[in-house]
Amino acid sequence: MAKSDDFIEKRCAVTGIGQSEIGRRLYRDPLELTLDACLAAVDDAGLTLDDIDGLSTYPGAMGGPQGFSGAGAYDVIDALRLKVGWYDSGVETSGQLGSVMKAVLAVGAGLANHVICFRSVWEGSAQGTGGRGALGMGGGGGSFRASGAQQWTLPFNAASASCWIALYAQAHMHRYGTTTEQLAQIAINARKNAALNPNAIYRDPMSLDDYMDARMITTPLRLFDCDVPCDGATAFIISRREQAKDMKQTPVYFEAIGTAMRDRPSWDQLDDLTRIVGADAAEQMWSRTSLTPADVDLAELYDGFSILTLLWMEAMGLCPVGESGAFVEGGERIARDGVLPLNTHGGQLSAGRLHGYGFLHEACVQLRGQGGERQVAKIPSIAAVAAGGGNTCGAMLVTTNE
Amino acid sequence: MTESSVPFRILPELDERNIHFWQGGQNGQLTFVRCQDCGYYLHPPTPICPKDLSKNLAPEAVSGNAIVASYTVNYQEWLPGVDVPYIIAIVEIVEQPELRLTTNIINCDVDDIAIGMKVSVVFEHHEDPHGDVWLPLFEPSGEK
Repeated sequence: MAKSDDFIEKRCAVTGIGQSEIGRRLYRDPLELTLDACLAAVDDAGLTLDDIDGLSTYPGAMGGPQGFSGAGAYDVIDALRLKVGWYDSGVETSGQLGSVMKAVLAVGAGLANHVICFRSVWEGSAQGTGGRGALGMGGGGGSFRASGAQQWTLPFNAASASCWIALYAQAHMHRYGTTTEQLAQIAINARKNAALNPNAIYRDPMSLDDYMDARMITTPLRLFDCDVPCDGATAFIISRREQAKDMKQTPVYFEAIGTAMRDRPSWDQLDDLTRIVGADAAEQMWSRTSLTPADVDLAELYDGFSILTLLWMEAMGLCPVGESGAFVEGGERIARDGVLPLNTHGGQLSAGRLHGYGFLHEACVQLRGQGGERQVAKIPSIAAVAAGGGNTCGAMLVTTNE
Repeated sequence: MTESSVPFRILPELDERNIHFWQGGQNGQLTFVRCQDCGYYLHPPTPICPKDLSKNLAPEAVSGNAIVASYTVNYQEWLPGVDVPYIIAIVEIVEQPELRLTTNIINCDVDDIAIGMKVSVVFEHHEDPHGDVWLPLFEPSGEK
């Protein structure tokens, strides 16, 4: 047995996936959306609620920003009267999928057999028609004072994650010669795929001219470099490998996970502004498998902002450091019929900001061959999945191979 | 700058750990906590030096000279009363390259800002009943 077969994630699989209704602004009870997704995942797995004995979520109940959390762990445990052997939530973890990786650890450790994981957002409705606001204002108006980490950005009107991440994009362009047209390919590719995803938010075709003509948000990020806030929830069931084989769906096994963060937990104190800590997570992930980047059939990489996908490609070793722009140039390599199909559901840029969970959901859909119109023709068997950006990153390899 | 021309800002909440930083501009000084044993500047401030774990720390002024590590010209109106565009930058303080701040570059045309530009601190005073704040902003130093 190879050393890598000992790792705990090898004992686990995604056995169920589910999503609620997804929309730009649904004005529906976010807990109801959350429960819809959870029940869909349970049903997809061929289980009943009596089988669910664990729960994990990101970020858990939070006071703000508005719409960032649709439900906490307690909300769902109580609403469904779950009897759990293990549960957890929290925002300080290895990206949004850190919550899934914690579930894997719990299942691998024998604390639960079937853990439900969910991520629920209602940022579309919460922000209403007033547009995307500043982070963390809390509605305090003139009496609001920035504290904690926010005090180092908000007083300088660096009021959105786009402002922080635009700094990475500018640094990458300066150092490696990455161009706006290359960056645009992430957004254009996402839109092409979203056109074939009935649940995506934006499905109309987008040309390079459309991209360039959209308003500048904060250089070099234009409107379509930024993901679209939405309402919706995504859920997974994580089960033990030996049970997964006899369940309703083709199991999607965890080949390796990466949780590492060897840089500072900060947006502006990173050692290298062109290197997200996802590089640490990915390095750890690759150390836990005999597979290599050349084995990856499908990439579902976080695109809260387009530049993050380029940085994730480099972090994951899917192209050399500094060459992500050249890799995506023209868009052929990352198209559904390219060498590395990327964000095949439309990513958060076009399918909606389901915040990390959408990427693992789509990886499962594609690996199972259930992508319908957008299914990659040669059904992939190994997918690289990443969520988060800057200082909060997690990576995983998932596969249908036994 | 006259008080009436001071733009709207969300101000920091002052506490014992950060007050040296936010009020250092009162004396025209950009001030960081520095380890008195190994000389390392800490930012954000913490009670223990991460390099040698010394608690022998004290605020010290630096020259106020810095280099633009990256920047973005922001056009989106995130906050009411804030004029756009404005330049957000991460600057590296010359005394210790890994000592960085997110800040604004002012007195600089948005077409002139560049990575590697040399900049110097300039303070923007905000009166506040919770305690006055001097925000450290930066402007081109004119040096190549």
